[in-house]
Amino acid sequence: MLEGLLIGLQTALSFQNLLMVIGGCLIGTFIGMLPGLGPMSIIAIMIPVAISIGDASAALILLAGVYYGAIFGGSTSSILLNAPGVAGTVATSFDGYPMARQGKAGKALTIAAIASFAGGTIGALLLMVFAPALSSVALLFHSAEYFALMVVGLSAIAAFAGTGQVAKAIMMTILGLIMATVGEGALFNLPRFTMGIMDLQSGFGFITLAMAMFALPEALFLVLKPRKIEGDGESEIKDLRITVAEARAIAPVIGRQSLQGFFIGVLPGAGATIASFLGYAVERNIAPKDEQEQFGKGSIKGLAAPESANNAACTGSFVPLLTLGIPGSGTTAILLGALLALNVTPGPRLMLDEPQIFWAVIMSMFIGNLVLLILNLPLIPYIAKVLSIPRNYLIPFILFFTLMGAYIGQNNATELLLLVGFGICATALKFADYPLAPLLIGFILGGMMENNFARSMQLYDGIGFIWERPMTLGLLVIAVILVVLPSYRKRRAKLRAEGVAEGD
Amino acid sequence: MTTLKMGRRALLAAAVAAMSLGNAALAGGHQVLDSIHFLIPGGAGGGWDGTARGTGEALTKAGLVGTASYENMSGGGGGKAIGYLIENAESNHGTLMVNSTPIVIRSLTGVFPHNFRDLTLVSGTIGDYAAIVVGKDSPINSMADLLAAFDADPSATAIGGGSVPGGMDHLVAAMVMEAAGKDALAVKYIPYDAGGKAMAALLSGEIAALSTGFSEAVDLANAGEVKIIGVTSDTRVNAAPDAMTMQEQGIDSTFVNWRGFFGAPGLPEDKLAMYQEAIAKMYDTPEWEEVRARNGWVNIHNSGDDFKTFLEGQEKVIGDLMKKLGFL
Repeated sequence: MLEGLLIGLQTALSFQNLLMVIGGCLIGTFIGMLPGLGPMSIIAIMIPVAISIGDASAALILLAGVYYGAIFGGSTSSILLNAPGVAGTVATSFDGYPMARQGKAGKALTIAAIASFAGGTIGALLLMVFAPALSSVALLFHSAEYFALMVVGLSAIAAFAGTGQVAKAIMMTILGLIMATVGEGALFNLPRFTMGIMDLQSGFGFITLAMAMFALPEALFLVLKPRKIEGDGESEIKDLRITVAEARAIAPVIGRQSLQGFFIGVLPGAGATIASFLGYAVERNIAPKDEQEQFGKGSIKGLAAPESANNAACTGSFVPLLTLGIPGSGTTAILLGALLALNVTPGPRLMLDEPQIFWAVIMSMFIGNLVLLILNLPLIPYIAKVLSIPRNYLIPFILFFTLMGAYIGQNNATELLLLVGFGICATALKFADYPLAPLLIGFILGGMMENNFARSMQLYDGIGFIWERPMTLGLLVIAVILVVLPSYRKRRAKLRAEGVAEGD
Repeated sequence: MTTLKMGRRALLAAAVAAMSLGNAALAGGHQVLDSIHFLIPGGAGGGWDGTARGTGEALTKAGLVGTASYENMSGGGGGKAIGYLIENAESNHGTLMVNSTPIVIRSLTGVFPHNFRDLTLVSGTIGDYAAIVVGKDSPINSMADLLAAFDADPSATAIGGGSVPGGMDHLVAAMVMEAAGKDALAVKYIPYDAGGKAMAALLSGEIAALSTGFSEAVDLANAGEVKIIGVTSDTRVNAAPDAMTMQEQGIDSTFVNWRGFFGAPGLPEDKLAMYQEAIAKMYDTPEWEEVRARNGWVNIHNSGDDFKTFLEGQEKVIGDLMKKLGFL
């Protein structure tokens, strides 16, 4: 392994390849900031460029750089504009955006950068040491377990079910689950709930819905309620550094979520999105009671958890790709295409036949993460300045950004109509104090949950899989505990407080 | 500083000149068309997108076509672009739309209100055979083994695929079972939302066999991860000489998942002929060979009337099968 490391280091540290990593990271970061252009489309755009380089290691290093850069850039728009461009950064905006609104945009970006770096680096370390052993873990999960995993992920909505909000949060989740059924599902041959409208046949677009639920209502809210937030114009970005106490608070979160995120990323049917929701849910539910209240309102733990989890998961998704040749996500599917085009066949023989490529990719992950951190930390104050643009310029900018994001990937004008329609509904709901995040969580997880549930039903001729497969049962029990435990603890605390009061 | 700039500019100019010279020399008066506008019925990064952009790249680099432009128009699983091409036929004589086997399937189910007859058939260009695949540790080694397992317990012999029930992978599995004399309706088909996830399910042992594209399975088969137990081609495919065809095993069924190009209805004859000529000439160019090899495509060229005969044949086979399965 030491030998492999040296080969990889030698390859990755050549002048040309360093240039590739830096160039890839920069391109990825800047394009990734645009909602609507996730890692998948950016990599698809870059593949012809990468292939024209000719050298397989250099091309892969460039593409990997673009990949990490795009994930990294995606969290920037989530934090600053509440406009998550990829499903994996939706959870980042839960706490990142509130922080930015409180004038801690710089701090939020710094935490995101550090959490991403840690997640990516720990992920790469695990990939390096355990990749061959993990290929069997990747195949451990069947549809039944994926279904149970989605249920665990759904427990993230508990964070938005604050005092008196439980019914509202559940209603919004169910609305999201219902919206996920529109269109031609993966398991049904016929379109459902499309009302004969052809544009609804492939269902609602994720980006359209994310923009309509998050970014658009925020922009409209700024217009409709200008007074409430006056005065926060200049005070921001003063907080860039994290204090020692804060660093101490998020360190264990980052450590746990890097590990957990990586293992979820290894599963071909899960990925960064599930990892970020699960990370968020788990961290919220194991946090002490007073910190739990902060989740969804600008908790640094709530920001660090999904950021380290989604980056670690992206690295984890290389395990099935490199060791089995199976793409677990859209992005790795595109990367697989690029690998094959470069005459590299991923699979169990890759490490033996072409060790320099395997190790160069791993080394490029370390270098890519480091480059991203070094490039981005000094840039954060400038990026965060976006928010100090006077509001009458900022709002049109956000609106443009949002509309463009919904249009750019699909070139379909109907998406814009849907975006505006849903955006107005979402703004109304926001005024009525309905949390919008559960709707999006329900929408994202709903489709996958239904598919896996239906598949298991078919395979087991009924719902027998729930008790026939111990891991499924175990995961479902965890989901129940995650939902019930906080309210149980709250009840206990309340009872104890009353008891104390009586004692006095 | 200025001289450096000048030098750079001169160098660039020289490079451009050299490139255009090279192009002109390559084209050698062979340019067939000034430009083609490709209409892609799906988003960036999909199979249709790759086919259109790859073909455009080969055509322009080989000097057969002056310039190529691309337009992604997703919506309705591809139906929106078809509708657009038909409604705006007059202004789209310079447009070629890429499409593939689903246009036949979806027109049959009525998901698309139109079918391929409403368009001008230009040419089928590439294709992929289908294959039935099992994991490396599976006791199944041939179609006969699979059929025996199916006879023993149809419910435990689930066949997966990366398409919806009634979609391509399902139809291939059903077609093969039907041709082998089994009841296609009794086949337990498990759908996955992508080929890669279906492959993971096969390796994890969730399904007994997988119906997939040959090109998606060939690399894993050569790496020893899976076994291809039947290919829907007429003769064995060079990329996997050990993989037996269905016909060799006494199952009379063949299937090609094609991709090709369509023009707007009412496309003038001379324009159609030019498109077909450009595509026909493309196959002999090294530029196409490079694109083809990079993507692992198989040349399956059907032009004009051949394309029509091929599509009608496929429509009949698939239509009969879908009626049998109750999808129509």
